[in-house]
Amino acid sequence: MRILNRTAGRLSRHRRGPLAGLAVLLTGLLLTGGLYAVFTPATASQAKTDDALIAEGRALFLVGCSSCHGLNGEGIQTDREGVNYGPSLVGVGAAAVDFQVGTGRMPMSTPGQQAPRKDVLYTEDEIAAMAAFVASLGPGPAIPSPEQYSLDGLSEEERQEAIVRGGQIFLTNCTACHNFNGSGGAMPEGGYAPSLKGVEERHIYQAMLTGPQAMDVFSDGNLSPEEKRDVIAYLKSIEEAPEYGGFGLGGLGPVSEGIFAWVLGVGSLVGFAIWIAAHSTRSKKDKVEA
Amino acid sequence: MSIDTSKVATSNTAAATASKPSKAGAVATWADERLGLAGAMKKNLRKVFPDHWSFMLGEIALWSFVVLLLTGVFLSLWFTPSMAEVEYQGSYDQLRGISMSQAMASTLDISFDVRGGLLMRQMHHWAAMIFIGAMMIHLMRVYFTGAFRKPRELNWVIGMLLLLLGTLEGFTGYSLPDDLLSGTGVRAADGFLKASPVIGTYLSFFLFGGEFPGEAIIPRLYIVHVLLIPGLLLALIAAHMLLLVYHKHTQWPGPGRTEENVVGYPMLPVYAAKAGGFFFVVFGVTAMMGGLLTINPVWKFGPYDPSKVTAGSQPDWYMGWPDGALRIMPGWESHFWGVTLSWNVLLPILVLPLAFFALVLMLPFIEAWITGDKREHHLLQRPRNAPTRTAVMVSLMTFYGLLWAAGGNDLIAIKFRLSINQITYFMRAAVFIGPAIAFWVTRRICISLQRHDNDRLLHGYETGVIMRSAEGAYSERHLPISEEEAYTLTARDRDEVYTVESDVDENGVAAQGSRANRLRARLSSWMYSHNVQKPTRAELEEGHHHAEHEAELQAGLDHAADGHQFDGHHSVEGEELRSH
Amino acid sequence: MSHTDDTLPVGVEADPIADPGLPAHHWRPTDVDEKAGKRAERQVAALFTLAIVCAILFVVAYFALEIGDNVDTFLGMGASTVALGSALGLGLLFTGIGIIQLARKLMADHEMVEYRHPAASSEEDREATLAALNAGLEESGIGRRPLVRNSLLGAVGALGLPAIVLLRDLGPNPWSDEVVDPENGGGLEHTLWAEGVRVVRDVVGTPIKVSDLEIGDLVNCQPARMFETDENGHPLVHGVDLQVAKSKASLVLLRMEPDDITPGRGRENWTVQGIVAYSKICTHVGCPISLNERTTHHLLCPCHQSTFDLADSGRVVFGPAARALPQLPLAVDAEGYLIAQSDFTEPVGPSFWERDSQ
Repeated sequence: MRILNRTAGRLSRHRRGPLAGLAVLLTGLLLTGGLYAVFTPATASQAKTDDALIAEGRALFLVGCSSCHGLNGEGIQTDREGVNYGPSLVGVGAAAVDFQVGTGRMPMSTPGQQAPRKDVLYTEDEIAAMAAFVASLGPGPAIPSPEQYSLDGLSEEERQEAIVRGGQIFLTNCTACHNFNGSGGAMPEGGYAPSLKGVEERHIYQAMLTGPQAMDVFSDGNLSPEEKRDVIAYLKSIEEAPEYGGFGLGGLGPVSEGIFAWVLGVGSLVGFAIWIAAHSTRSKKDKVEA
Repeated sequence: MSIDTSKVATSNTAAATASKPSKAGAVATWADERLGLAGAMKKNLRKVFPDHWSFMLGEIALWSFVVLLLTGVFLSLWFTPSMAEVEYQGSYDQLRGISMSQAMASTLDISFDVRGGLLMRQMHHWAAMIFIGAMMIHLMRVYFTGAFRKPRELNWVIGMLLLLLGTLEGFTGYSLPDDLLSGTGVRAADGFLKASPVIGTYLSFFLFGGEFPGEAIIPRLYIVHVLLIPGLLLALIAAHMLLLVYHKHTQWPGPGRTEENVVGYPMLPVYAAKAGGFFFVVFGVTAMMGGLLTINPVWKFGPYDPSKVTAGSQPDWYMGWPDGALRIMPGWESHFWGVTLSWNVLLPILVLPLAFFALVLMLPFIEAWITGDKREHHLLQRPRNAPTRTAVMVSLMTFYGLLWAAGGNDLIAIKFRLSINQITYFMRAAVFIGPAIAFWVTRRICISLQRHDNDRLLHGYETGVIMRSAEGAYSERHLPISEEEAYTLTARDRDEVYTVESDVDENGVAAQGSRANRLRARLSSWMYSHNVQKPTRAELEEGHHHAEHEAELQAGLDHAADGHQFDGHHSVEGEELRSH
Repeated sequence: MSHTDDTLPVGVEADPIADPGLPAHHWRPTDVDEKAGKRAERQVAALFTLAIVCAILFVVAYFALEIGDNVDTFLGMGASTVALGSALGLGLLFTGIGIIQLARKLMADHEMVEYRHPAASSEEDREATLAALNAGLEESGIGRRPLVRNSLLGAVGALGLPAIVLLRDLGPNPWSDEVVDPENGGGLEHTLWAEGVRVVRDVVGTPIKVSDLEIGDLVNCQPARMFETDENGHPLVHGVDLQVAKSKASLVLLRMEPDDITPGRGRENWTVQGIVAYSKICTHVGCPISLNERTTHHLLCPCHQSTFDLADSGRVVFGPAARALPQLPLAVDAEGYLIAQSDFTEPVGPSFWERDSQ
């Protein structure tokens, strides 16, 4: 390459440089991307009608859910009574779908006593579409709006009262299964009440509302929306509160405390005892009398 | 700077030469003129204590008790043992405005509004857990080494009482804050009382001052916890220590150690320093745990309410095993003559703990009766040299441990993704089968270890040096163990089985108590069956001679080979060759 | 006495190997090497100095770190407790380790020998004591006077009675009129439930209509009386009385498919459109239960895992409970709210001796 290429003109000089190809490539990419972004139709939630949403949801449902829940969400029963591949989804409502799919429980990867929480496989929009489809199968609980479970708009004092009341409701209705810290607990035949740590407010609300799997239903006639809001506020407040006494040891109560007492407490003290009574280094030399 | 130890006494019978009088001496004189303690102190100041880490386990318990006393006094300055209802207005936001007992409110105040209060509460609770744990491992050490034999049986009894009182002290202590978790435990205790035959409802009403929960239980538990049981504990600990000092501590067998002496370090200064230092260590570890590890977060439980409960409701670990028994017990109840007998509560809670406690309490006496051994014992036994005794304790530990695990069955279920029902069924069988298997396996292991010891005595230790004979056979060179080790391995008694001479006289009349004697003989032979005894002098000599002979043959030398013939290393004066 | 299976000739010696005696004393590096000794001294002194520093840090942390309303935090934990605990703990540990290092490295460590004495006293002491005891007993004359001795024992024994009797007022007789009060739920066999008492939601106290509940709803309830107030707004049942009442009257309400229910004998009209009501207090030892497995309508107690089938009169299906959960007969009042038809027909909670005789 000749650096000084006066005879070819200003532009030409650069047109044949090694960077020219790179520049063309970058421009092309940017142009294509930009045009695509400008001309692509708006996302489903913005521009689609309800029918379109339901249709999209149905399409997703057929691929990912119908093998257990039936082509029309009617459920697939087996010969054994009470055992099914997937229950009927008629009447479970959008809230159930948002909870189950939004926490990754559905699609259930292996059959079993209970669906564990795992990675979420669908995007927010896809979940909304599937929720709309299932809601169309039969009337059921709707996805709550954020106003329903947030404490915004309340005075400091009301907020405080809400949290306190939420604690009392939590201790009366929820801790028997989920434990005082929301760390979870055992249920019969291998089932369990999962930990509530790090669960979104919306999903806690929906779990109470729909009673997923073996959990009871806490419909709005059982725990009113304000009461649900209070419980969620309490849960978040203890999650955000500092651990006043040091490491929380899992929030599981006396069993983990006992393990720590034995392993760390008694263990380290026995270790010290072994050190104390161990004979220190002996010298080969004889002592020189002073 | 090297210490001039030429004037230090090398035994306790020779006096140390006195140094010049000091200020301490003047004070001591003043005190002695009024208290006359010099007579008692003269032997005890330089009393000899043997040195081994396993002798310090009881100290862990002792020092954690001191920590409990100190932290407990602190807590008592703020705690209000009353069930009167108050509205909480302290700093913990999530409970503000809630009605609760003063006991709970004062506990929350200690935790949130007294600086260092939460630290002291947590230290107190961790120290309690360590106290009981240390007593248990101390018990196991004493049992495994045979230190409970005459003349120390009474100390064993005192120790068992200390363990029982410590457990009760812990239970009353953690119930004082009147929180949801401990209150659920108190509710269960009420259920146990009610299930007692005939007097159950009366016991329940008398303890609680009326219907459960009443308002008397917390103040009553408080007085038991801060006055009655600590008083008993202090008295028993004093008795325990006195007996220890009087009998002198046991020691491991070894060169220079006999049944008639104690070899070790004097109380002043070495033993006092080690024990005193250990106190600071126990205190320090408890403080670190109290500051860094949350225990019993009563604010998350909230005040006790008979309509609320938390998953994972367990008592503290030391009550875990009766709780486990209660969980796996089938639901048996008898109804007859218009009354109810609740076996499902009676057996695991009232009968089992008492029976287990009584059995462990009586172990020294049972063993003494079976063996008929009336000698004093001050030398310890290695666990392997008492295979049946060791196996009995391991099987008791297995029983205890399985029930303890059953008490945490719901946590095992969620952590290991198991079915809680299956765990319960498994445990129902395991608590019978497990101890039996543990007994058998432990005894066989002990006997194997005894055989291994005898191998070392007769054939020496394995040097790792492989020799090849002229015919091409490989063998490993053994070298004789040191005299100290050989003595240590043989410094034990031979087992003597109790046999019954004919218990029928010439007229065919059976002697008195002959049935008991025959049982005793059978038990004694079961106890010592298959035990491997130490070799006789003749066997030892034969073994050594045989070993030397082998070595000569394989090395092709006319003297014993030391294994270094071909590697360029020869034994050096004063350098020990891999001595064990 | 015969010997064990490993046959040994009679009269074999006890010690096949002679006692080699105490091993010779070996010096420690700190004894023979002046520099090592000095290093150990400095180490010990450093440990003690660190302990002093920790004690000062404790004092600083005590006054500098806040608790209460504006609690200082450290890594998401309460800073005051963590700092005070660490400072105190390390200070104590350094002190302890320092003292122990002093003992191990610098104090004279000659092993000493002390001789034991038999645990029993000497023969002369025993005889002297026995003689003194006998002399004392002789002189007391009690041995020769059985009337005196027996009546003395009787007196001392009888004086134990006041000690026992003084404990009588620890609590009332559970079957006395003072305790048993059917109107107000007093006694082991009565609760606050009675005919017409409304079922209300716990904590909030609102009454329940059938239409409020969906299939699968589990409601924790109490009798309405617990939330009633007098004309000044003070609760009628509060404090200890409230706790006592809750320990017996707590209720769980579950709505299920009416077809799933197997009504017990005589209990056909105890449910309302698939809504069943059971005592929340376990019949094992009294823990409150509300772990309901909705799909099987099994109610599990968290304490000892007793499991009850709510569709089958609360029958025990697993666990250590021996009795079914007591069921409360439900009805609907004129305004459509759920009420109790009567109190429980059996005592609630743990079993007791006198249970069947009532």
